[in-house]
Amino acid sequence: MKKKKREIEDKLQELMALAGRVRIDISDEISKLQDKISGEEDPLVRSWATVQLARHADRPTALDLINRISDRFLELHGDRTFSDDPAMIGGIGTLDEIPITFIGHQKGRNLKENIKRNYGMAHPEGYRKALRLARQAEKFGRPIITFIDTPGAYPGIASEERGIGEAIARNLKVFSTLKTPIICVITGEGGSGGALGIGVGDRVFMLENSIYSVISPEGCASILLKDAGKAREAAHLLKLTAPDLLRFGIIDGIIPEPSGGAQNDLPATATAIKELLRKEINTLRKMPMAQLLKNRGERLQRFGEFREPDREKEAGPANKFLSQLREKVTSRFTLG
Amino acid sequence: MKISRIARYFPFRSRGKKPRRKPAPFLTKERVIAKKRHQCPFCHRHIEGGELEKNLFVCPDCSHHFRITPRERILFLVDADSFQETEEGITSLNPIGFPGYDDKIRRMVNITGLDEAVITGIGSIDGNRTVLAVMSFKFMGGSMGSAVGEKIARAILNGVEQRLPVIIFSSSGGARMQEGILSLMQMAKTSHAAARLEEAGRPLFIVLTDPTTGGVTASFAMLGDVTLAEPGALVGFAGPRVIEGTIKEKLPESFQRSEFLMEKGFIDLIVERKDLRTTLSYLIETHSPEGVIQ
Repeated sequence: MKKKKREIEDKLQELMALAGRVRIDISDEISKLQDKISGEEDPLVRSWATVQLARHADRPTALDLINRISDRFLELHGDRTFSDDPAMIGGIGTLDEIPITFIGHQKGRNLKENIKRNYGMAHPEGYRKALRLARQAEKFGRPIITFIDTPGAYPGIASEERGIGEAIARNLKVFSTLKTPIICVITGEGGSGGALGIGVGDRVFMLENSIYSVISPEGCASILLKDAGKAREAAHLLKLTAPDLLRFGIIDGIIPEPSGGAQNDLPATATAIKELLRKEINTLRKMPMAQLLKNRGERLQRFGEFREPDREKEAGPANKFLSQLREKVTSRFTLG
Repeated sequence: MKISRIARYFPFRSRGKKPRRKPAPFLTKERVIAKKRHQCPFCHRHIEGGELEKNLFVCPDCSHHFRITPRERILFLVDADSFQETEEGITSLNPIGFPGYDDKIRRMVNITGLDEAVITGIGSIDGNRTVLAVMSFKFMGGSMGSAVGEKIARAILNGVEQRLPVIIFSSSGGARMQEGILSLMQMAKTSHAAARLEEAGRPLFIVLTDPTTGGVTASFAMLGDVTLAEPGALVGFAGPRVIEGTIKEKLPESFQRSEFLMEKGFIDLIVERKDLRTTLSYLIETHSPEGVIQ
């Protein structure tokens, strides 16, 4: 039995390596194999399998989900400053006749679409479009639902020239105090700042096989493990799967996927998301605005684990040392 | 008493070794300035440590701004004895159990003599009280983990509580990968604090210093009411190497420098180190609550 399991795992790794090298779609085979070894397998294999599923070419995109969740959807375009970014989509839809502003990263299905959508990697104008739609939602009292699926914000010259850092920062700041309920759902890849740029909300959920991380496993492997080939280890070390994030208290819940992954059954995935959104929107809409904003702020300020000493307020060693030093140094040169 | 081998052979030194003057800890740990000759990386001029220090670590010839430590920065900036550290002793844990992270932190504490990659506190500049947060690039590339995020967020919220302006000197490679997703969340945390400061009507002044990239650029460092930068500071979201990897070309040296950002409209002013004190004190005075029209 053990030998057989190892054989399957080897086969799985081989397939994944092949898929990575030649970019062909053999993920059905992969997910079948995953089903075979699910349950008690090696966490290393499991994390990496999740990464593969989250990046699956047939995974439901934002538009797929919005069109199934919303009764009608009117896509709105442009950031009113520079251009329209096809990697970020947004518009007005409804959920049980409640008007909703939907925002999401949009990946393509094939090469042609992906060139148009830039593989779901938005430029600053994408984030500014999201910001414009979010402010519009606030103005008209519409709740916001965002779908996150991006490898990250696009790292390029144009992106830097137009201030990708500023665009994301502005979104974080505005979303954190926006006077309307916000629900974020990570549907595929939650890639770093690019994901967080539309990822600040009152509730954050993840699909079962999605990932959310500060850096891609490949990036982490080459920077921290000094070996670009160690992406599997990095994926495990980064703790980027939905159960990990639930444990850290970063997300509020996990949305189960159909067997083998969301790509196998889009309607079932959409229904599961819709049921949850319906419930959450109702809860959040009933909450007084002051309470909603207070909870959101507290949620954001709670993030992080650090050590804090129990201490009396008094001049610590750093201060004492600093004043001693100042005496020594001020004699040597003039300040200002 | 144990006689050292040298003392035995050279009796004229038998009075024992001359007790070494113990230098101030930060000079030994963070930078050995006085004894060393420095070379300017731009004009290649050799500069004596003392001369460099007198010139606030700026090359006298080409005015290249050397990177300086937070303590040196505070020393140059605030009025004597006015600085009180506030979020002292907040240190990092290893929340996702990343291998080697604890050791790395310990090593960094030893090398830099700092608790974490930022010092926060309250001080006055020309008699104007202000909250101050100064980041250290030496401490793990100034990366923002839970402890750094917490200290910066609390510093900004101190500004809200005490109705003070907040000045942040950014210097960071971005989020601290070793803390996984928790480091990413610090971007949201610090940005929310900045939003609170805005609601309170107190200003946030950012001084971008070399280098500021990644998650710090995509959060509080780009949220200043007034954003200043030191000359020649590298500021960007994706680092130059990442972009070079994407576009497969070499980038010009001037790309992502503060002059470039100024040209593109993302910073207000480039300020030389010697003028920072007067510029900041002018900004604080012009933003004092008394000047606000009711």
